[in-house]
Amino acid sequence: MNRLAYLTRGLLRNNPVFVLLLGMCPTLGVTTSAINGLGMGLATTFVLVTSNVAISLVKNVIPDKVRIPAFIVIIASFVTVVDLVMAGYAPALHEQLGIFIPLIVVNCIVLGRAEAFASKNRVFNSLLDGLGMGLGFAFALTLLGSIREVLGSGAFFGMKFIQGDAILLFVLAPGAFIALGYLIALINKLRKV
Amino acid sequence: MEYIIIIISAIFVNNIIFAQFLGICPFLGVSGKLSTSVGMGGAVIFVMTLATIVTYLIYQFILMPFGLGFLQTISYILVIAALVQMVEIILKKVSPALYQALGIFLPLITTNCAVLGVAILVIQKDFNLMQSVVYAVATSIGFTLALAIFAGIREHLELMGVPKGMRGVPIALVVAGLLSLAFMGFAGLV
Repeated sequence: MNRLAYLTRGLLRNNPVFVLLLGMCPTLGVTTSAINGLGMGLATTFVLVTSNVAISLVKNVIPDKVRIPAFIVIIASFVTVVDLVMAGYAPALHEQLGIFIPLIVVNCIVLGRAEAFASKNRVFNSLLDGLGMGLGFAFALTLLGSIREVLGSGAFFGMKFIQGDAILLFVLAPGAFIALGYLIALINKLRKV
Repeated sequence: MEYIIIIISAIFVNNIIFAQFLGICPFLGVSGKLSTSVGMGGAVIFVMTLATIVTYLIYQFILMPFGLGFLQTISYILVIAALVQMVEIILKKVSPALYQALGIFLPLITTNCAVLGVAILVIQKDFNLMQSVVYAVATSIGFTLALAIFAGIREHLELMGVPKGMRGVPIALVVAGLLSLAFMGFAGLV
């Protein structure tokens, strides 16, 4: 039961985007469509899980004073792995996400979980924590991506259901801010009830 | 002429916050008051310019000749983290007044994705060293401009009767969206 809580709290109650407000740059930058949001979310999930596991494994070896640089190197290695794998197997998605893939390194969620959870907890729990947080992030990005895609280009996961133009604003930059603003307001409202 | 185009494009047309979505965390985090946001902007101008020069040289003279391009992300983030630490130590010794003004913002900059973003962008755009420096300075001025405008609006927002659920971050995001819409007016300038 306790272990299940590690997995589920990242999904809703402590959702990194809607509640903790971390990782705003990729959230706003790549969510022009649902599939982009999902791709970015899964890439971040992979980095979160692997770096959490690796950091949890070596937590007793790293001296306390240099732990942050050490964490950053571990995270950056896994980000490079994701970057190269995506460039090789999903070049179209890699092109779309562009600079936001290497920038997973500076995503506050990843370093935040490493410092707050993985450096203090056992390997399996760290894995669950990373997975929960990552899936919560992926869920948030896919939701925002779907909303922007439906409103902005009249499509859902690439399937068009409106001919011609929709509310173009939502696929442009301002739409990202406005859609996320109202989404967070809605979620604040729902959480209080 | 070429430099003027880079400058106008980086500050207005492709503003780093409103068009490229880099550096949103400090944008939302420290934009509560005008004075702190200008301080943060100053620190970013300083670090971003320095970091871009250093990472550009590392890429051209170490990573490229040895075919180590895939180490870009790892080496850049380490260099930036070390650089920020070094700047902090040097400033403390050399100019205590400047350290007083920028000090508390420096540690935050390591995780500012705008700094790493610009360092990677100048490589992708195939700029030479001079163009990179101009681009970095202009981008960070654009960042400071966005932060200052936004902080000014947020100071007023404090006094407004915003609906309960919209208070704080949601209304800030909507304001940022409207500002971004305003900045889209600059499109086609270059």
